[in-house]
Amino acid sequence: MLASNVDRWLWWDWIGRNTDLIWSSLREHVILTVAAVGIGLVIALPLGVAANRWRVLYAPIIGVTGVLFTIPSLAAFAFLLPYTGLTRTTALIPLVSYTLLILVRNIVAGLDAVPAEIKDAADGMGFSRARRLVRIELPLALPTIIAGIRIATVTIVGLAAVAGLLAIPSLGNLIYVGQNRPIRTAVTVGIALSIALAVTADLLLLGVQRLLTPWSRVRRERGS
Amino acid sequence: MNLIQEVLDWFGDADNWSGRRGVWHQLREHVRMSGVATLAACALALPPAVWLGHKRRFGSVAVNVSNVGRAIPSFAILVIGNEQFGLLEYPVIGSFTTFLALVALAVPPLVTNAYVAVAEVPDDLRDAARGMGMSEGEILRRVELPVAAPLLMAGVRTAAVQVVATATIAAFVGADGLGRFIIDGRAVNDQAEIFAGALLVALLSLLTEGGLALVQSAVTPRGLREADVPTGAEAAALAVAPVPTPDGRGSP
Repeated sequence: MLASNVDRWLWWDWIGRNTDLIWSSLREHVILTVAAVGIGLVIALPLGVAANRWRVLYAPIIGVTGVLFTIPSLAAFAFLLPYTGLTRTTALIPLVSYTLLILVRNIVAGLDAVPAEIKDAADGMGFSRARRLVRIELPLALPTIIAGIRIATVTIVGLAAVAGLLAIPSLGNLIYVGQNRPIRTAVTVGIALSIALAVTADLLLLGVQRLLTPWSRVRRERGS
Repeated sequence: MNLIQEVLDWFGDADNWSGRRGVWHQLREHVRMSGVATLAACALALPPAVWLGHKRRFGSVAVNVSNVGRAIPSFAILVIGNEQFGLLEYPVIGSFTTFLALVALAVPPLVTNAYVAVAEVPDDLRDAARGMGMSEGEILRRVELPVAAPLLMAGVRTAAVQVVATATIAAFVGADGLGRFIIDGRAVNDQAEIFAGALLVALLSLLTEGGLALVQSAVTPRGLREADVPTGAEAAALAVAPVPTPDGRGSP
């Protein structure tokens, strides 16, 4: 009877007895995702603004972040294990580095798309370079930047699960535990929660985008 | 003894290179399963995606496929496949579970990039081709595909790099490949083996990325060489960003 229970894809009893483990895995996964995208944004924003302003910087920045993006997550976590051990830091360093390519590219694409007439108008109104960037260019680039944040977030939710394979706490760790013990239900819960988390985060960010850029909605309602 | 010395010793030990568990065997396996899966995914995904791009229909489906793919943790498919198919093996493709998981991962970026690449070919070009009396098939073969080639190849590159990365994780469900060194090293807490494995995997990924970047520039028509073709590991991210979907989101 016990054998049949561990074989079940959904064993409610196990879920009931392990809510603490499930909650802590989910919480850790959320923390990893939010921290990775947040730190990534703090690094990517100045890089993107610089690459938009000084074109020569674009190729080297994209080159370096592209190389970082190419290194498989399992290898990246493994590199850090001897130095930072089974900590959040081990998971965070690669996750942050994966967000950079996506974020920088979208920030630059967003800033590039700001029409020259609008920038000229801002200059004519006496805006300083910095004020023009903060008040005019970044808000207009916001939809593209948030699109980048959404792609980065969904990607990081998936990659943070891989950290669980090395026993770093995350939803991936549930899948790892479920595979090893074996308890199929743990696998199901881990997978279902990470997909649910990715979809929820994506929808939340879509909502944020709509709230922050009301003008794009007005334009659409006018049917242009 | 410090870690770097240990890793160098690991690479210096001939036993680690030869035999069923050696570097050469695992490298061959890694390349074989990645190559077979990527080719199969191309054969499966590219024809319909290119055709839909030519027709410019079902664009939101093509774009959203990629998003759903991104949301699924890469090894979830491996674990579920492993439960369903176990050690089922076939000639050429090897482990069915690994093959299925890798193909499933490669399809979304291929579909999205191929669709966007063909659908975004400027209307002027198509009209000019039509005006010259080309048939629909000729327009696709002689105008749309050459112009779409760089972005389409960027999708192949993204897919291949993802497949190589995920083939590493396949070691977790018992497959061979370079991931074995990381997983097995982790099991016995052998830092040198873990580090050596990670190094090999990272090198293979960078080689894949670099090699396919060369292919991408080789297939770019001469007239488009100067154009700003998206590069980098995930061209899909950029390809996806500017495509408006029916619900008005600027991106997927």
